[in-house]
Amino acid sequence: MTTVSASVHTGPATSLRSLLSQWKAVIGYAVIALVSLIAFGLGTESGVSTSFTVSQTGDALQVPAFSVSSQPVTLTLSVILFALAGYQVWAQLRREPVGVWLPIAFGLAFMGALLTWSGAGRENTNVALTGMLVSGVFLAVPLVFGAMAGTLCERSGVVNIAIEGQLLGGAFLAVVVASVTDNAYIGMAAAPIAGALVGALLALFAVRYWVDQIVVGVVLNVLVIGITSFLFSTVLSDNPEFNQAGAQIGAQGGVAMQSLPIPLLSEIPILGPVFFDQNALVYLMYVIVIVFQVMLFKSRWGLRVRAVGEHPKAADTVGIKVNRTRVRNTILGGAIAGLGGAFFTVASGLSFSKEMTSGKGYIALAAMILGRWNPKGALLAALLFGFADSLRIQLGVIGSSIPSEFLAMLPYLATIFAVAGLVGKSRPPAAENIPYKK
Amino acid sequence: MSAAENKTEAPEEQGFDGDPRSLLRSVVESNGLVVFLAVLAALVVGAVLVVFADESVQDASSYFFSRPMDTLSAAWGAITDAYVAMFQGSIYNLHADSFSGSIKPLTNSLTFSAPLIFAGLGLGVGFRAGLFNIGAQGQVILGAIMAGFVGFAFHLPFGVHLALAVIGAILGGALWGFIPGLLKATTGAHEVIVTIMLNYVGLYLLAWLLSLESWQAPGSDNPKSPRIDETAEWPSLLGDSFGLHWGFVAALLAAWGVWWLMERSTWGFTFRAVGANPSAATIAGMNVKVTYVLVMVIAGTLAGLAGGTQVLGTEKALTTGIAGSIGFDAITVALLGRSRPLGIVAAGILFGGLRASGPTLQVQAGLPIDIVLVIQSVIVLFIAAPPLVRFLFRLPDPRLVKEVTA
Repeated sequence: MTTVSASVHTGPATSLRSLLSQWKAVIGYAVIALVSLIAFGLGTESGVSTSFTVSQTGDALQVPAFSVSSQPVTLTLSVILFALAGYQVWAQLRREPVGVWLPIAFGLAFMGALLTWSGAGRENTNVALTGMLVSGVFLAVPLVFGAMAGTLCERSGVVNIAIEGQLLGGAFLAVVVASVTDNAYIGMAAAPIAGALVGALLALFAVRYWVDQIVVGVVLNVLVIGITSFLFSTVLSDNPEFNQAGAQIGAQGGVAMQSLPIPLLSEIPILGPVFFDQNALVYLMYVIVIVFQVMLFKSRWGLRVRAVGEHPKAADTVGIKVNRTRVRNTILGGAIAGLGGAFFTVASGLSFSKEMTSGKGYIALAAMILGRWNPKGALLAALLFGFADSLRIQLGVIGSSIPSEFLAMLPYLATIFAVAGLVGKSRPPAAENIPYKK
Repeated sequence: MSAAENKTEAPEEQGFDGDPRSLLRSVVESNGLVVFLAVLAALVVGAVLVVFADESVQDASSYFFSRPMDTLSAAWGAITDAYVAMFQGSIYNLHADSFSGSIKPLTNSLTFSAPLIFAGLGLGVGFRAGLFNIGAQGQVILGAIMAGFVGFAFHLPFGVHLALAVIGAILGGALWGFIPGLLKATTGAHEVIVTIMLNYVGLYLLAWLLSLESWQAPGSDNPKSPRIDETAEWPSLLGDSFGLHWGFVAALLAAWGVWWLMERSTWGFTFRAVGANPSAATIAGMNVKVTYVLVMVIAGTLAGLAGGTQVLGTEKALTTGIAGSIGFDAITVALLGRSRPLGIVAAGILFGGLRASGPTLQVQAGLPIDIVLVIQSVIVLFIAAPPLVRFLFRLPDPRLVKEVTA
């Protein structure tokens, strides 16, 4: 969903199918805009209002809570949605590429209409905008790390379905090490080790023994769930001092992973708390995304990795060690996903519980695909899923008439649409899931 | 991942070639031995975990260097406790008063194995056609939803009701298989991703349905459906004192049906040809796209039947956890059974036994059921990589030996 490029005309559009495939983005936008107009625009009672709060308690710069009359706002936002769809038509007719801003603006306008509609006429409930965005970024953290891990592995030609297991392993090791050392940061630093171990197993079976990478990934997830759940029910339940929540770790003289506001930047309204008043893991995430975006596409190492993932034989011919590159990337990717696993325990201040990653690894995989095997795109897709998640929580607080289960389905449905090519073409690295045999 | 499509093939069998002189060699090289050794290796890994978690071993290991035998005997005790409990929970209870009490664990194992066999058969058909379907979980859920709905919402005479509920299970699972099949055939969307996503969609769909008043048992707020009518239940096979029901027999019949489909019918031939080489199948005039849809529908049908068995035979009501982890366990069942019906039945019974031993394991040895997951996954990992097993047990590499004899 990051870029919806105008379809390139390769020949005269003769059949209905090719017409559909050219205009599917427009059709999709128009349908969503229509839904917004009917459900949120016309579905809102006239004369009621929705109140929003922006500032959180403790902010230096207080923006007062404000309220808007609901129906004009939802109608305006729906019209904006139609206008954006119209712009897509105009750009497509002129065969101009549409920037990434369009889907983002479209998504924001739709979310605005949804929130205004669900908060309409509720006297004592405020829609907490900033709080929603803060938790959106925070909830996106494991997805970003997981998607980054997936990108690294798949760019070198190894499918990493084991992200789920790597996250879970990282979460487990992080809390145990943090509890033993009484220091959340040491726990966070240990988390990549667990992920790297899972990555190493994946590399062993996929690269050394040519086992189907999807099979290995699925089975490794089961293995990690089994081991962590087993140890949780035995060793950790016998020795609760090994499995402490972040608050307790801090209480015993160590350091819990508290948010570290960046001076000045964190004072900016909305953006400040959302991006610059988070904990160390989030800042580390920014660094990792930037580093890998640059490294993958601007460095010699990145060129080699991509060559191995696209055409291993060619890479081998010019002297790149194909299997060594794959093994290193798979282990590195595993380590990054493991680091992301620290989110669930030490960074969230929670103790470990069985299967606590609850499918986030698979959503990270989806974010990677939506982001088209690109760190930048994966970040945006993961943020989208994070916001969708926090929107679900927010709507639960407001008390929306949309069942929360349907909102929870959204990321998965979006992924299905993405891989089916309805949101734009996505092409994986060519040599993915093919062992390289000399 | 679409570039990698068709690269997922189930491992092929290389059996005994009939030369009596090479009998011993073929035993050493056979997949049967690899399977046996893989199970053995998995039990060893499980034993390591058991020892690691055992408190008496931990206590004894604190003075390991003064009295090492204490640690070793404690470890041995923990391991035998665990595996004896596993045996008693899944096969034969030595302490029961009556014969029926003694064999009850075995019947429990068979009950647990029925849905695993159904779903494993579905996945096996997919693997042999080159489709890696991770969506059995979602298909099981949809089958369970439909079977459960027919079971508690309709009131029909005996026979008709069960038949209709089973058809419901089939339709539910087939729908959830049809979607990824159609998407793969028309847009090239990779079935792994689509099926994983549909698993979650199915899970939330079930959660939503069970939050509706009309789907909850009257007078209760729990996410649990009313009990299904007795007319919709699978009748019990050995009388009411056992949980085993006719769903297990149905699973065996399904295994025979899948064998006939894959080995004796034109469709099965097409499926196998597409799995072996889609380009060659296209050139031979087979319609690969239609085959993908058909295979996914059949896989979904079988997985849906697994969900139906769970609701109509075992649980008798729809709950949010109705599918357990059947869909994922079935992947390991199909891989262990090498996608062949007979193998899947055997693997299903093995893993059903592992599952059935959970409560006994918990009570007698104080071990959580999660160890079964470890054993299952290690078995499958080793079986998927025969060279690793040969390396671990120092067996000769079959290719090298054959080069020598040639």
